[in-house]
Formats: sequence, C-alpha cells, structure tokens
Amino acid sequence: MRAVLIRDLRLAMRAGGGFGLGLAFFLIVVVLVPFAVGPRADLHQVIAPGILWLGALLACLLSLDRVFALDHEDGSLDLLATAPLPMEALVSLKALAHWLTTGLPLVLAAPFLAVLLNLPIDGYAPLLISLALGTPALSVIGTFGAALTVGVKRGGLLLSLLVLPLYVPTLIFGAEAARRGAEGLGYAMPLAMLAGITCGTIALLPFASAAVVRVNLR
Amino acid sequence: MASLWEYANPRKFIATSDLVLPWVGGLALVCLVVGLVWGFFFTPEDYRQGASVKIIYLHVPAALMAINAWLMMLVASLVWIVRRHHVSALAARAAAPVGAVMTLIALVTGALWGQPIWGTWWVWDPRLTSFLILLLFYLGYIALWAAIENDDTAADLTSVLCLVGSVFALLSRYAVLFWNQGLHQGASLSLDKEENVADVFYLPLLVCIAGFVLLFVALVLLRTQTEIRARRMRVLLARERMG
Amino acid sequence: MLLSAHNLSVSRGGISVLEGLNFTLAPGRALILRGPNGSGKTTLLRTLAGLQPPLRGRVEAAPETRVYAGHADGIKSALTAHENLTFWSAIFGGGDVDAAMAAYELEGLADRPAGALSAGQKRRLGLARLIVAQRSVWLLDEPTVSLDTHATKLFADAVRAHLRCGGAAIMATHIDLGLDEAETFDVAPFKARAAALDSFDEAFL
Repeated sequence: MRAVLIRDLRLAMRAGGGFGLGLAFFLIVVVLVPFAVGPRADLHQVIAPGILWLGALLACLLSLDRVFALDHEDGSLDLLATAPLPMEALVSLKALAHWLTTGLPLVLAAPFLAVLLNLPIDGYAPLLISLALGTPALSVIGTFGAALTVGVKRGGLLLSLLVLPLYVPTLIFGAEAARRGAEGLGYAMPLAMLAGITCGTIALLPFASAAVVRVNLR
Repeated sequence: MASLWEYANPRKFIATSDLVLPWVGGLALVCLVVGLVWGFFFTPEDYRQGASVKIIYLHVPAALMAINAWLMMLVASLVWIVRRHHVSALAARAAAPVGAVMTLIALVTGALWGQPIWGTWWVWDPRLTSFLILLLFYLGYIALWAAIENDDTAADLTSVLCLVGSVFALLSRYAVLFWNQGLHQGASLSLDKEENVADVFYLPLLVCIAGFVLLFVALVLLRTQTEIRARRMRVLLARERMG
Repeated sequence: MLLSAHNLSVSRGGISVLEGLNFTLAPGRALILRGPNGSGKTTLLRTLAGLQPPLRGRVEAAPETRVYAGHADGIKSALTAHENLTFWSAIFGGGDVDAAMAAYELEGLADRPAGALSAGQKRRLGLARLIVAQRSVWLLDEPTVSLDTHATKLFADAVRAHLRCGGAAIMATHIDLGLDEAETFDVAPFKARAAALDSFDEAFL
C-alpha cells in the first residue's frame, strides 16, 4: 500500500507532475484580490479569512483532474483494479497523496499569504487550524468527483460543477472558524463541525469513490 | 399476484402511463386553473403585504416540488442500485430537469416577492441560499447524465452522485443555517395550526399544491416515456453498428 | 483447474457480443483467442480479468490468481524502467524485478526514464510486469504489438517458462508463437445473435 503513495508523491515531484502549481495559483489569487477590491487595508483585513479559504479551495480544485485521469489514460488504473489492493484503499491513498502534494503546502503557505492581506494577529491560529482540518475533506471529496469523471474526456469543467456544491459545507464551517478567530470571537463550534465533516468524509466517501471507479472501468 | 415491479418493464410502463397520463394531466390543469384563479382574484389582500402576498400560490408549491423532486430522484436511484430496473434510473433522469425548473421558479418568485417586502431582490438568507445550492446540485446531476455515453454507466454514476449529493445537501442546509439566521418567514404550512397562514389563503394554496404535484407527476411520466424511447433507439442504433 | 468459464456471455456497452462460452484452463496450458477485429476478444479478456461483470453465466477462478495486460502498458513515463517494475512488484507482493528485466533484456535500460523508451521497449517493460506479478493466469490482449522478431521470441520464451512452472495463459494474438502447449480458440462461432426486434425487455433488447 505504501508503494502507491510513494509512487504518486514521486510522480508529483518529477517534471510535469504539477507539484507547486496549486501553490502558485493560491499565491496569484491572493495577490490579485487587492487589485480587484482596491488598496484598502481595513477591507483586506475583513475579507482575508474568506479569500484565503476560497483561494485554497480553488487551488485544490485545480489539480483534481490529475488524480485518476493520468492513471486511466496509461492503463495503470485497469492494472491497479486487478491488483491485490482493495479499491477503497487505492482511492484513500490517492486522496492522501493529493492532500500531501496540494493541501498540506497550501496550509503551510497560508500564514505567509495572510500577511499580504493584513490578517489580524489573532486570526493566524484559527486560520491555520481550520485549513489543516478542512483541506483533507477537500481532497477526499475532490477524489470522489475525480472518480466520477474518470471516463469523461476533458472532464475538468464537469468536475468543478460536481465538486463545488459538495464543497459548500466545508467552506462554510472552515471560513467561519477563520473569520470568527480573526474577529476575536469563539471559534470552537465551527471548528468542531469542520472536524466532523472531515472525519465523516474520510470514513465514508472512499466507499462511494471506489464503487464509482469500478463502474467507470467496466 | 401482480407485483409493483411489473411496471418496471419498459413496455408495461409505457402502456400503463399512456392510460394514466391524460387523467393526471387534465386534473393538474383543473387544479392549477382553479387554485390560481381562486388565489389571485378571490382572496383578500394581506393587511401588511398587500397584493404581493399572492405570489405565494406559485412560490410555495414550486419550492415544495423542488425538494420533493430531489427526494423522488433519491428513491428512484436507490431502486436502480438495489433492483437494477432501468425504468427507475430513467425516471430519475427525467425528473431532474423538472426539479431544476421548480427550483428556479421558487428562486425567481422568491426574488419577486422579496423586492417589495424586504426591499431587495436577493438576500443570503438560509432558505434562499439552500435553494441556490440545490439548483447547483440539480445542474451537476443533469450535466453528469449528459456527459457519460454509456447509459448503464451513467445510471450508476448519477445514482451514487444523487446519494452522496443528498447527504451533502442536508449538510449544506445545516451549515447555511449556522452561517446566517435569516429574514425568511417560518414555514408557510405546518401541522401546527398556530403557525399556519390564515384559512382564506390556505385552501386555494392546497389546491395549487395539488396542481403542482399532479403537474410534476404528469411531466415525469411523459419525460420517462421519452427517455425510454430514446434509450431503446440508442440500443437499436448501437446494435445496427455492430452488425 | 485454474480458470473456467460456464455458459459465459459478455457485453460491450450493454450489448451482448459473445455468448455461450464454455472452456477450462488447466495448469501448463495456453489458450489463444482468434477472431476478427471487433469480435469481442478484448471484452472477453476484461470480463475474465474481473474488470467487468459477465452479462450471463460465470467465470470461476481462485481469487488473486489473474493478471491482466491490455493495450496500454500502465507505464509512468516520469519514472525509470526499474522504478516502474519495482512499483508493480511492491503492489503484487515482491516478485524479482531484476530477473524480470533480464527475461526481456531490459538490464541496460533500467535507469532510463520510461518516457524515453521506444514503443517496443515499453511493451517489453509492460510484459515484464507479468513476471513480477507472480500470478498463475496471464490474460493478454495483443501482447506482441510493436515487438520485433527477437522480442517476440523473448516473449514466447517467457510464456513457455511460465507454463512450465504450472501457470496458464489466455491471449488474443494473431502471431504464431510456436507454443506446443497452446490450443487455439476461435470466438467467431460464439458471436451473439441479435434478439428479435418486436419485443424488448428491461434491458431494452
């Protein structure tokens, strides 16, 4: 099982693997926002948690279509499906690899980008915790979306259409926790809900993703 | 004994729905005409909201059907997953655009109603937001059906999406409630008599709701027939290509 | 008995292509599928591999005895040839990578990125995966595509070695590999007959 994870991480790091693309996208989104809303630091301060969460979410979305599509194209997915590895484990590992290469760097980069948006000092901890708790859910849900669109040629747009509504609860609770933290309010409640969503999706969604991949391979 | 599953045979379904369809359609028309005319012209104006309250006769039934259509799709998807009746999957497919349009009607009439009462076309109220999210789910579901070439694969994938989507739609509903307590009034209809709208508005509203339910049934039957015939045609074409 | 099919019907896109197939595969035997293009050989192999369910009938085989090689080799061009095989070895439980590379004369290419290999070399790498997988039933779909005469001979030797060790193989190929253990199985007589047009059932046929 470790072999799949290692291979996916290695592929992401090698040339053409797309590692860092999500990070660059995140940076660009955050840099473009002040150009769009004007150079008012007080306004940036208010919208910073929301922008950072939205940027992270969109950056996650960007690399989702690689999760299964490449393995499907070169035939690896067929071979993995007949390998002695449960499909549920495979999709979970794929989601984990996606989080390690996309979600985790975003979490680590968020505090630095928050400086650009003048996030209040109290807001850093909740932002970091909420992103760390929420991005795994984004990867797992995204993997489900990627599994649905494996067989669709150029399914990137369809993938976004399917995944974005599913991201709504995660985004609401995650951004809410970050916003409340930045405003100096208690944020335990949204954080608990976010953790609940993440645990629930990690526990249950791989079964749906695995079923969907098997259907797509038929 | 005749079993309910007999109607899962496409031919039997078409034959039976052909018999039922004129009656359901006719009844839907009668209910809608009676309910809307009664509601629009023979009910008093609200002492606070004036004539604009009358949009309730479109808004509430459409909103109800928007949710019920999704529930029907959920049940049909489950039937497909468990019993593999093709008609069930096609009925879910047929219901989706109808449900999406109902959601759109509820949103548009809501905006038209909200303008004079709240002074704005749109607020990020929990109910409005939930319906907007529901519309996105409908669009995703319809797009997935459209994107997959193989009908059986599409049926399987959309059923799973419908199941997972239902859970996430429910989650979104609670997330949105948590996110923003809203302006929207409480439920227009409930079993608790205290909360209900006054009786003068209530009876024509019930007739309108019955009309919308029947209209939905008629449209779904008709569209399912169309889907069955389209499916049959695709199978025949594919067979011809194979020689 | 390693693998057997009982009254097997297979379908592509919901339409039956082959029906009424019955055969058994004993250890040390190979079955060569013949039939015109589009006759359903790939569909049959995918069904036997468990990638898609049979339309009717059943496939009997012990779990985890089959390995499938299709048109695509499942090779990652960003990894080296050796890394590719090591990955499959880890997935299938530790077959000897170096021996497999030697069987297809790939030793010199071990550290070359798979993307830089020629089509024939890639195919050899894909076939070497079968040795690494250490499974008894090989299901091969056009294994000799883009192989030259020498590589084809290497492949035939690998199959022979596999059969000698009690393995078995089913392959769709038009090339005569000179295998004494092989039986030819023509799928053409099993072509599905079209159902009558005047009635249709739940499956729309």
